[in-house]
Amino acid sequence: MTIALSQFGEVRLDRVSREFGALNALRDVSLTIQRREFIALLGPSGCGKSTTLNCIAGLLPVTGGAIWLDKNRIDTLRPEERGFGMVFQNYALFPHLNVRQNIGFGLKMRGMPKAEIDRKVNEALGLVRLQGQENKLPGQLSGGQQQRVAIARAIVIEPPLVLMDEPLSNLDAKLRLEMRAEIRRIHNELGATTIYVTHDQDEALSLADRIVVLRDGVVRQVGTPKELYEAPAHLDVAEFMGFRNRLKGTVVSVENGRALLDVEGSRISGVARENLSVGSTAYAAIRPDDLVLGEAGGNALKVKVDTIEYRGREFVGTAHSEGGLDFVFRSHQPVDLGSTVHLQADDQRVLVFAEPIKGRR
Amino acid sequence: MEAIAPTTRVVQGPSLRQRLAARGFDAVTLLVVPAAVFSLLLFVYPFAFGFILSFEPKNGGWLANYQRFFSDSYLYDTIANTLLLSVPVTLLNLLFAVPVSFRVRLMRRQRLLTTILVLPITLGTVLVAEGLLNYLGPQGWFNRTLVALGLIDQPLRLVHNYWGVFASLVITGFPFTFLLTLSYVTGIDPALEQAAATLGASAWQRFVHVYLPLLMPGFAITFCLSFVQAFSVFPSAVLLGEPAGSTRVISIAAYQAAFEEYDYSMASAVAMIMGFVQLAIVVLVLASRGLFYRGPASGAKG
Amino acid sequence: MIRDTTLGAKLWAAAVWSLVGFFVINLLAMIGTVITSSFATRWLGTWLPLGWTTRWYSSAWSEFQLWDVLIVTFQVAGLVVLLSGALGVTAAYALARREFAGKRLLVLLFLLPLLIPPITFGIPLATVLYRTGLAGTFWGVVVANLVPTVPFVILVMIPFIEQIDPKIEAAARVFGANTFKLFIHVLLPLLLPGILAALLLVLVRTIAMFELTFLVAGPTSQTLVVALYYAVFAAGVRAVQSIDAMAVVYMATTLVWLVIALRFVNPTQIVTRAKQQPAH
Repeated sequence: MTIALSQFGEVRLDRVSREFGALNALRDVSLTIQRREFIALLGPSGCGKSTTLNCIAGLLPVTGGAIWLDKNRIDTLRPEERGFGMVFQNYALFPHLNVRQNIGFGLKMRGMPKAEIDRKVNEALGLVRLQGQENKLPGQLSGGQQQRVAIARAIVIEPPLVLMDEPLSNLDAKLRLEMRAEIRRIHNELGATTIYVTHDQDEALSLADRIVVLRDGVVRQVGTPKELYEAPAHLDVAEFMGFRNRLKGTVVSVENGRALLDVEGSRISGVARENLSVGSTAYAAIRPDDLVLGEAGGNALKVKVDTIEYRGREFVGTAHSEGGLDFVFRSHQPVDLGSTVHLQADDQRVLVFAEPIKGRR
Repeated sequence: MEAIAPTTRVVQGPSLRQRLAARGFDAVTLLVVPAAVFSLLLFVYPFAFGFILSFEPKNGGWLANYQRFFSDSYLYDTIANTLLLSVPVTLLNLLFAVPVSFRVRLMRRQRLLTTILVLPITLGTVLVAEGLLNYLGPQGWFNRTLVALGLIDQPLRLVHNYWGVFASLVITGFPFTFLLTLSYVTGIDPALEQAAATLGASAWQRFVHVYLPLLMPGFAITFCLSFVQAFSVFPSAVLLGEPAGSTRVISIAAYQAAFEEYDYSMASAVAMIMGFVQLAIVVLVLASRGLFYRGPASGAKG
Repeated sequence: MIRDTTLGAKLWAAAVWSLVGFFVINLLAMIGTVITSSFATRWLGTWLPLGWTTRWYSSAWSEFQLWDVLIVTFQVAGLVVLLSGALGVTAAYALARREFAGKRLLVLLFLLPLLIPPITFGIPLATVLYRTGLAGTFWGVVVANLVPTVPFVILVMIPFIEQIDPKIEAAARVFGANTFKLFIHVLLPLLLPGILAALLLVLVRTIAMFELTFLVAGPTSQTLVVALYYAVFAAGVRAVQSIDAMAVVYMATTLVWLVIALRFVNPTQIVTRAKQQPAH
């Protein structure tokens, strides 16, 4: 392997802000990316994750803060001077250049001799497994192949940092899984440093070494996939991590990191994830997987079943309570529509959050 | 879009460049400046200049040019002459263009027809006038064919009068009107008509209740553009008509003022009147357009 | 439209097609008359001329100094093409890529010279050009012709530029292209079909532009179409066939470029300037 990515220590975002003109403003985003890390920027659309990536790439100027590559400040450089590789959402392949010319574009811009460009492009073609396609135009390629060209184009310039902007969003479900594995393989083989923007938590969880959850232009939580999955720090992060049931209640008691809530007259107990005061409004967040049929009493609520879907190994149902709360739950046996059941959750699997502060938008 | 002021820390305000960039003014935007300056200098400025000049007549008070125009029948008749030519021609062209574009829309190979029709537009009025002089003349093929078919005994007088100019305006105007109409007609989602048909509308009902309301704005614009072209008829009115009589159109009056009397002030006044009449008709048509449906013509996609 | 098979619908279709046929036949016959006459020895009172000759072309060539006129025509058209391309493409790029205050007003400014007939704005324009001494000169003709062609290029190019994904430009930047390289390696190849089409149409329009050239041209800065006008205007001085020969030369110079232009655009777009085909 002679595609050798530049050596560096870390990329550091120091209170980066982007506040003028663009809709997705960023506020004081600080983040340090170590060499060889795979970082996922995760969040709903409009959260500022693409803005962050574009600021790093130099496509958007930052309006505050600084970006450092080791000791060098790079946010003042133009994009063509930064030397990062980037994979765009719609690939942004040059439609008038064939696969070989597309991949070699960055090297040509750097004035590399043709023989060397050819050698490197061949190697990149091999790495993304596109041998034999080099003379085709992008329009003649399938979505997955275009994706591979975009990746090859980004890594062939041996960038210190590879930036990926929702690269899988245009592929169908099967191809997405396949390319996800490919991206991780290439990252590992090259020892690359990758920043990966996505709104899909599965993608982030399966690919990344660390995930940065953004919302409204602010970093909400940074952690390993396991940390985020098991211990989201805020309600919105939890919702993003698949805690689809959100039960509004009043805090009855808090002790030893455990909170007891009054939800529509029933007692729900769970792990307190934020500072809670007795008597305040709080939310219990539960994954559908952890909400199962049970008995009245132990951490359970009475609900009426609205729909029930067969999912192969189990059933997934929706239901509502008398107070109007909606639920998604899991069941091993079919449940009659309209029947009244009790849904129960293990109190280790219930997370309790304070009411989110309003008015950020 | 308002920028949210940073509250958490003290920063120096954004630079002027950043503020301008946030409003869309940067180096790329400046690329528009040369063309804009050019248009201001050679389009807007001459118009303004001509407007002011028209109020500075060679003799008399500031309105003398306009007073002269509207008191001299040799001058003010040109408006009627021009309207008598341009309004019927435009209506006729539009009336023919509509059914033809509906028919052509069904054609799979429209290109040959549209290419033929684009010929007179490209060749221009001078060549059409030249060609029609021979073709419509007493010994031309047109009259010869009519005589041979026994439709007439004597060749019709078709040049050096109203009809010669009329014919030239049809030859150059119909393709223009047709191609515009065609672009509007093809812009309508065929699914709308199919929907109407499944709901029981006959061909005529589909035209009246589906196509016509959707096409009305397009027809209005087509009428305006075609009319404005016809109203500014010049070379064919001189070459094919009787420039001293029934086809003394307003552009001839403007030309004569400028290049035969060298009275640029009067010429500007006539040009302003010409522009004003065009504007008046356009405003009239577009104002009545307000009565019709306005919006996307392609269904939900809009 | 849904195809109808009733008798009435068939009659209606037949009527519409006869109308089109009548128009096309007359149009072609008119052009045919000019061509036939230009090769005729004597043509009076008969269906076809008595004999055929090409001498009218050589006489038209010398009588009307067609060589000089053609040179002026192509110099004017060439300069108009280059200048309107430079001014128009850059402005179109800015208008396609940026939102800024006053943009709509600017687009209107560029739309007006295309909607207002040349004779209407030509008189005040000629007046200004005579005051500045530019009228009557070669450059006066070039400048006057630019007034509608610059906006024409802008309005043709805007949709063409808009359909190029800005991310492609961003990609070129990220991969190391500066502004110049971006233009040479990415924008120019992608825009070339659009630029070519726009400029070919400008060429055709300039060769055929009668009014503006007529109003500002002097004796040595006439283009072919103006020379043709004067020849027809003074009919009787020269043989009809000689004028027709000149008309054929004019048709040929115009139509050659039209045929080339039609390789890149749909005929409908000459009138409507609708969206172009994608660049790839």
